[in-house]
Amino acid sequence: MNMAIRVFLLLLIIFSSIFPTLCIYEDQVGHMDWHQQYIGKVKHAVFHTQKAARKRVIVSTEENVVASLDLRRGEIFWRHVLGPNDVIDAIDIALGKYVITLSSGGTILRAWNLPDGQMMWESILSGATPSNSLLSIPTNLKIGKDDVVFVYGSGCLYAVASIDGEVIWKKELTSEGGNIQQLIYPDGTDIIYAVVLVGLAQFDAYQINVKTGELLKHSSRVFPAGFSGDLSFITSDIAVTLDTTGSVLVAVHFQGGAISFHQTHVSELDRDFSGAAVMLPTKLPGMFALEINKSIVFIKVTNEGKLEVVDTFGRSTAVTESLYLSEGQQAFGLVQQGDGEIILTVKRGDDWKSNLLQETIQMDYQRGIAHKVFVNTYARTDRSNGFRVLIVMEDHSLFLLQQGEIVWSREDGLASVTDVIASELPVEKDGVSVAKVEHNLFEWLKGHLLKLKGTLMIATPDDIAAIQKMRLQSSEKSKMTRDHNGFRKLLIVLTRAGKLFALHTGDGRIVWSLLLDSLRKSETCQNPRGLSLHQWQDPHHHVLDENPSVLVVGRCDHSTDSPGVLSIVDTYTGQERNRMGPAHSITRVIPLPFTDSVEQRLHLLLDVNLQARLYPRTTEALDIFLRELGNIYWYSADVDKGILKGHAVQKNCILEIADSYCFNTRDLWSIVLPSESEKIIATVTRDLNEAVHTQAKVTSDQEVMYKYISKNLLFLATVSPKAVGPTGSVTPEESWLVVYVIDTVTGRILHHMAHHGSQGPVQAVFSENWVVYHYFNLKAHRYEMSVIEIYDQSRLDNKDILKLLLGKHNLTSPITAYSRPEVIIKSQSYFFTHSVKTLAVTSTAKGITSKQLLLGTIGDQVLALDKRFLDPRRTINPTQAEKEEGIIPLTDSLPIIPQSYVTHALKVEGLRGITTVPAKLESTTLVFAYGVDLFFTRLAPSRTYDSLTEDFSYALLLITIVGLVIAIFVTWVWSEKKELKEKWR
Amino acid sequence: MDKGKAVMGSGRRWAVEFTDNSTSNSSRDIPDPPGFTRASYDPDDSAGSKQKKDAEANWKAQKAWEVAQAPFKNLFMMGFMMWMSGSTVHLFSIGITFSALWQPINALRGVGKVFEPYKDNRVDLLAPKLVFIALNLVGLGLGIWKLNTLGLLPTHVSDWVSSLPPVQEVEYSGGGIPFY
Repeated sequence: MNMAIRVFLLLLIIFSSIFPTLCIYEDQVGHMDWHQQYIGKVKHAVFHTQKAARKRVIVSTEENVVASLDLRRGEIFWRHVLGPNDVIDAIDIALGKYVITLSSGGTILRAWNLPDGQMMWESILSGATPSNSLLSIPTNLKIGKDDVVFVYGSGCLYAVASIDGEVIWKKELTSEGGNIQQLIYPDGTDIIYAVVLVGLAQFDAYQINVKTGELLKHSSRVFPAGFSGDLSFITSDIAVTLDTTGSVLVAVHFQGGAISFHQTHVSELDRDFSGAAVMLPTKLPGMFALEINKSIVFIKVTNEGKLEVVDTFGRSTAVTESLYLSEGQQAFGLVQQGDGEIILTVKRGDDWKSNLLQETIQMDYQRGIAHKVFVNTYARTDRSNGFRVLIVMEDHSLFLLQQGEIVWSREDGLASVTDVIASELPVEKDGVSVAKVEHNLFEWLKGHLLKLKGTLMIATPDDIAAIQKMRLQSSEKSKMTRDHNGFRKLLIVLTRAGKLFALHTGDGRIVWSLLLDSLRKSETCQNPRGLSLHQWQDPHHHVLDENPSVLVVGRCDHSTDSPGVLSIVDTYTGQERNRMGPAHSITRVIPLPFTDSVEQRLHLLLDVNLQARLYPRTTEALDIFLRELGNIYWYSADVDKGILKGHAVQKNCILEIADSYCFNTRDLWSIVLPSESEKIIATVTRDLNEAVHTQAKVTSDQEVMYKYISKNLLFLATVSPKAVGPTGSVTPEESWLVVYVIDTVTGRILHHMAHHGSQGPVQAVFSENWVVYHYFNLKAHRYEMSVIEIYDQSRLDNKDILKLLLGKHNLTSPITAYSRPEVIIKSQSYFFTHSVKTLAVTSTAKGITSKQLLLGTIGDQVLALDKRFLDPRRTINPTQAEKEEGIIPLTDSLPIIPQSYVTHALKVEGLRGITTVPAKLESTTLVFAYGVDLFFTRLAPSRTYDSLTEDFSYALLLITIVGLVIAIFVTWVWSEKKELKEKWR
Repeated sequence: MDKGKAVMGSGRRWAVEFTDNSTSNSSRDIPDPPGFTRASYDPDDSAGSKQKKDAEANWKAQKAWEVAQAPFKNLFMMGFMMWMSGSTVHLFSIGITFSALWQPINALRGVGKVFEPYKDNRVDLLAPKLVFIALNLVGLGLGIWKLNTLGLLPTHVSDWVSSLPPVQEVEYSGGGIPFY
């Protein structure tokens, strides 16, 4: 036993000395990393203010987050991110202590404890037919002893006990594919009404016994003209809808089981009416809202069933649900858009004329219009009603307004980052820094003295706290200028709301934000969304007179042939410099490796007709492009058909209006994958900007292997069509994964390999001359990671040292893919414990530093794994020389070293992507991980070998030098004196 | 002699060279005093003194040979040290190797000086000098060999191509799966 422990300890010591650990000390957290938590665009909000010590609002969002926010400051009390397919349909509060969420199309009902967010119970409500979902929590209804939650989902109505999630009764309601529109429970009765629309033409009303689920009465009536779909419930027995043409309003009375229709033509209400009206989903007392002629019309239903237009507003008006005030009255809020301000009105349900509240609040134009409004009331000291209003703006930000003031705001647009690009900061101008340094000289010295104290371990706890604070608030790191090491940069992020943010890498603050007009909903662009970001201009030679800029590519609708929009945004100022479109469709953006005289990068934009358009549209760019025309190729991967095609740019396209910037393309080659056995699931290419230091790899025995480094390589992964589904849906025999490495200029397949019994999803990363990919091995029931390395065999002939000495070799002359270089492939596979959401690789300025893979784990953390572990030259027993070279003995699985979690104790909830940006310091790379949360840190894969650590005590160094100089002087004087004495003796 | 000239050349007005034993007086401005002959500096009249001279010459030759063979011992010492230092690059092995390189080079530079005391008209110093040089060259070779075993000599292809940048490609290709 004793021996075993010794051996174990020995092994532990050996292992800990072999693998370079990246861990940081506890007090270094937050020093060079930052973490921001978001929730996303709020869909539903439920206030919990009654009898609660900590007033809070429960929200569910489009990022499938359910969260409890502090109403005073907007901070997150607790938060749960549900899976990407677990869309939240409804939330409510039951029993005053549970938050009930209904998700996944009405099939999963969960209860969360209100104070701390722990899950109390979960019920899976499985049903046969997919349908809409409803959640209704009656206030005072008990079945037996239990409070009840009514849930409608998958065609069934359930009564669920809110204390433990037990299903009390279940009633299948719709056999013909209808949807329940509303559940109405009049207080104090035993009947619940369910209103169902079947096939848009039949109106059904069910009466169900709340205690047993027994169907009491069913009445049905067909409306021949058909409904448009949305019902507005005015009272408990009147609903209003539109017919299919959108021009006739139908009021449905369904009191006591008898259904009657009353039709009113919209033109009777609005003389200028033309086209189709749209019913807006509102829940207002005795009222509903229609969108007619781009304005919102509020229509009141009188007791006699007559319709009356009450008021008309502009289109960008958001309305709240009705709110019960203390005296049994109802109120609702309205938010109208002004110029740089919003007008908030709270009205009483029964009295349109008078306002309970009207406030004008200044609102940044960059926030767009109000999308959603939630209102809550509180009792003021004078017993009148005060109102607090939660507003969701167009850029997904969240505001709480109270007494005409913005109490707090949250930038929740940052929860839906779709693309990231890094940009440099302005260069520091002369004359600014010097004064600052002199001003802070005393502070600087004091700081270093404190640090010295810390190093010598004579610091008091207060000093340690001061050191920690100083580290975190270092003004250096949040400066708005470039630094020597290149750590300070701007991260330009594009969000799903079509807003651009510039985040400072030092502390993560928002430097500027811009709601792109080209990505806002307009007449010409109905459903715009941003696709990608590209570096448009990155000045190096013109740093002082040109600002860098990014290209934002967007599309007006979901289909591939919808028109595209382009914007060019200055990254220093955050101003839109140029805008194009809506123009031709955009299916692909190809940044070309050429820049013009002001360092604008040339881009080729491909449309759905395979026509290529050159940007920027200048004659200079055109000249450069035409000069290089013969060497520009592109390829397209058609996932549906399983075809990979190579194209060349040909000549100008024939259009109605001549366009010299538009080019036709011709097909060069195609690879047709058999559709019955292979389906494309992943393609990966190298990063265009990746720096590679050398083409040679020197092995331990002084031999050279030449890396096959080409920017035109494509890694393609296909699976058998049956294996496209989730893991476990196929047997190992009918599932296989085939990987290809293809040269996209010639269409040559350099390598292909089949992994039998393996399945996707495949995550891959391509860097230098290697690809690493992650997949699932069904036979071994484990995840696997494989590496492919490509070496150029044809360069090995250069063996004569004399020739190399004289420079007479062909190792530096440009090569063409048509020379068909002979390559050899080395490959190896390993087991890996985690499933991986995303894969990235570190990138450094010169490409000298060794690489690390960054794995976004299923637990929403980022794990760094040395590339050395994925080296096809690993063997079980490496020779001494190979060990010296750093080859690790082969093991069947890759180790997970807990210290190498880049995110240390934090989680990047809903992790979607990892971006790495090289710093100017060769050893260091900047890592930005985004999902619902944002996380940024610096990594040094081979440690910071080219700089002193930030903890380095300059004061200690200075004192040592000064001490030594003094010592030298003193001893010199002594020796002089002694010598003199000797001479006089 | 060299020293005297150097001193004279460095701007002094006058100097008396007591150890001056040059035989020619043509370079002298001042004539020798009467009765003083430079040639009679060596009292070589008696046979006893001649014998003494032979013995001295023998002794000098012997000494010269000893000096010439000294690096041989050193060679063994160095070889042992090298063997001790191993073949990996670290401070000790680098130190040993460089001292092994430095010592012969230094010795070769000072060949003349080393054999200066044994300079004699009757003693043939060429052979010892050659041996000395040869032995030192062997030492130098040993040092270079050590340098090579440490991998510090650029004798492999890898030493010349390891920092070659990746080659430029003529073609450029982009594209991929269309935006969905």
